Parts: sequence; structure tokens; C-alpha cells
Amino acid sequence: MDTTIKKICAGDIRTASRLIRDIEDKLPDAKAKIKKLYTHTGKSFIIGITGAPGAGKSTLTDALISEFRKMNKTVGVLAVDPTSPFTGGAILGDRIRMQRHAEDTGVFVRSLATRGALGGLSQAAGNAIHVMEAMGKDIIIVETVGIGQQEIDIINHAHTVLVVLVPGMGDEIQTMKAGLMEIADVFVINKADRAGARQLQTELSSMLNLSPKTADGWKPPIVMVGNAFEPATFNQNTAELAQKIGDHRLYLQQSGQLTERMHRKAMTEIKDALTSCLMEPVMHSLVTDGELEKIAEKIKNRKSDPYTVAEEITEKFFQKQAKK
Amino acid sequence: MVAKPGLDGHDRGARILARCFRDAGFEVVYTGCHQTPEQIAASAIQEDVDVVGLSCLSGAHRALFPKVVELLREKGAGDITVIGGGIIPEQDFSMLYESGIKAIFTPGASLDSIVEWIKTNIKPH
Repeated sequence: MDTTIKKICAGDIRTASRLIRDIEDKLPDAKAKIKKLYTHTGKSFIIGITGAPGAGKSTLTDALISEFRKMNKTVGVLAVDPTSPFTGGAILGDRIRMQRHAEDTGVFVRSLATRGALGGLSQAAGNAIHVMEAMGKDIIIVETVGIGQQEIDIINHAHTVLVVLVPGMGDEIQTMKAGLMEIADVFVINKADRAGARQLQTELSSMLNLSPKTADGWKPPIVMVGNAFEPATFNQNTAELAQKIGDHRLYLQQSGQLTERMHRKAMTEIKDALTSCLMEPVMHSLVTDGELEKIAEKIKNRKSDPYTVAEEITEKFFQKQAKK
Repeated sequence: MVAKPGLDGHDRGARILARCFRDAGFEVVYTGCHQTPEQIAASAIQEDVDVVGLSCLSGAHRALFPKVVELLREKGAGDITVIGGGIIPEQDFSMLYESGIKAIFTPGASLDSIVEWIKTNIKPH
């Protein structure tokens, strides 16, 4: 076996972390490593945590790490924060909330910047999950970037999705909207000691009563989580949250929904890999030989249109491939 | 990675630096205050960073900064560059350099000079 793969399968953090970086940087070697790693993946349980910025995703992740460690499970965390569209820089601040686990060898926390991805994750997230799976992590928690209504790529990667809400973000109509409110397997109303928490709970429950999802046997529970600075209630709440996640996992296994989700994940992976095999080399050569600028000029001056140009590029690409 | 070791909650400087690195196009992991050298070294390895910037205003830099370097070396991550800043008297510089700290920035150092140092001295893998 490849030494890198061997080390990662033995749980070596430095090697794993380096591979995750190479995946982020899209090094060709990383793709080759993923190919070899792939058979060692697919055994971890993956939890997605999503919600608005400041809703408490990192704090809840930290609490869940503790819960799973109590059960003697090893935990991997991928925490995504946004990349600046102007400079490419990023502040990765999620792990601040999780630093009490920094020295625990059963916990591996890795931050990722979105680097332009718009679905709430980073393009590297899927493969970074695979690296943690190969390390043998029992549980992998993927914390998305702080999101709005529509950035829901997490459903293509996680088995169980937590949507974290906080009181005071809008009226009942917000709970009726498509997107975010549909993807939760478990709802968390965080900062539940604040005004409006009960009302939000009522609105959510009535929304869920209308949801067709209830028909197939799973009704997303709503877990109220109080002030993180009042440890007695907070710990009790987060233990309940871990319990509900466990319930959902059991439901997935017993209902056959797990297979369906794995299928969805496989589809996403194929699509992502195709993008990387078709789209990226095309864009790369267009950029490096300066062709892209010329094309943009043509379109700007109405000498051509985007579709004609795209068809020409596609044809050229396939001709080149055929020659190979 | 920007980190604050020890019992020192004065993180204005560290935060300004983190922000300024962000604006220079870096990905910056910020770990918050009150970190032990062990936490910092473990985090740097988990994040596979190129450089760790330590900020200390409490006077404990002589103990804390070399400890981070030592731990990184112990864990086979001696290639991660460690630099430091804060209230650091000039007579401590040589001791810190000898312990493996690669650069020291004190009050008055311009943000640009720190970014420039990193751009010049840190080569991506």
C-alpha cells in the first residue's frame, strides 16, 4: 500500500492534514491519492450542521464532540468559513469554540475556506470527508459556512442534517419557505432562553405538521438548546440533541433511507468528479493560453455569443481527447 | 495561524493582524486567547499551516514561544515556521531566535512589514 494511504489509515494527522491541503489546492497528486483511498471510505457517520452566521454552529459542534467522546467515539470535524471574494483571504474562526478538544487525539478539527464555492461548503469538503473516513473516524461533523436560505450542498454529503435556528429572525412565513427549512432532519432552536423561542417552536411545529416528510415515518424533532454559559441546562440540552441524532441514524438504517442518501451522495460525487475532469482542464487551458480573454472580448463586442463559443470549445476539447 | 499563548487576554493586536493577513489574501486560522503551547502545536498540525504567529503581551514569551517550537519539532512538524510578536524586550531577542523563533515584531512594526516578511520567507508547499 502507498505509504501516505497507510499512514492515513493508521490515523496519522499530519499526513491526513497535508492531503486535505493538497485536495484544497487541487494538486494532481491529490486526485491520485483519493483514488487509492476510496476503498477505505464510507464507514463513518456524517453529521451536517448548518444555519445562519452566529447561530451557534461551532458551539454546538463543540458540545457534540464532547457527547460523542463520552460514548468513546472518535470524531473528525470539518469547519467551513467564507473566503473573501476580493482578496481570496479568509478568517477561519470556528475552531476557537472547540479548542478544549485540541489535545484530544481522538478529535481532529480541520478548517476549510469556501474558496468561491456557493453551496455553503468548500469544493474540497467531499474529499476531505473521505480522508477523515479513511482515518477511521466514527463520527464526522461538517459545519457549513453561515448560510441563508439556499446554500444546502450539505445534504449531498451528510447522513443527518441539523438546521440551527435562533429566535427573532422573522415571522411564520420564513418557516414556510423552500430550501433550508426543508433539509433538516433535526431542528435546533439555539439560544432558546431568548425572547421568541417558544413562538418559533410553535411555528416550526405547525410547519412540520403540514410537511409530507412526516408520512414516511420521520418527523424532524425540534431540540431547544439554552444559553451555553449556563452549563447545567446547556449540557442537558446538547445530550438530548446527540440522542435525537442517534434516533435519526437508527431511522435511516431501519427505513432504508440510508441507501437512498448514499445514492444521492454517489450522484454528487460523480458530478463533482466530472466537473474536475472536464470543466477544470478546459478552463485551465483557456486561461493559460490567454484564449479566455480573447473570447470574452469577442462576446463583449457581439462578434459571437456564449453558446457558439462554448460549443466550439467543447468540440475542440473532445477532438483533442480523441487524438490522445 | 494566529495564536495567543498563555494567560493574556489582550487580543486586539492578534485580531488586527488576523484581519490584515486576510486582506493580504491569506487563509488565517485564529484560535482565540488563553491557549497552551500544546493546544497551539496540535492545532497547527491539524490545520497544516505554513506559519504560526504567536502574540504575547504578558511577559511570558521566554517560556511560551520556545515551547511551541519544541512541541512542533517533537511531533515532526519542525518545518512549520514560528514567528512572534508583542511586548518583547530587545535583550530577549537572541534567546528567542536561538530557540527557533524566526522573526519578532514589536510595537511600531507596520502591518505591511509583517505581511511582507511572510510573503518573502514562507514558501507554499
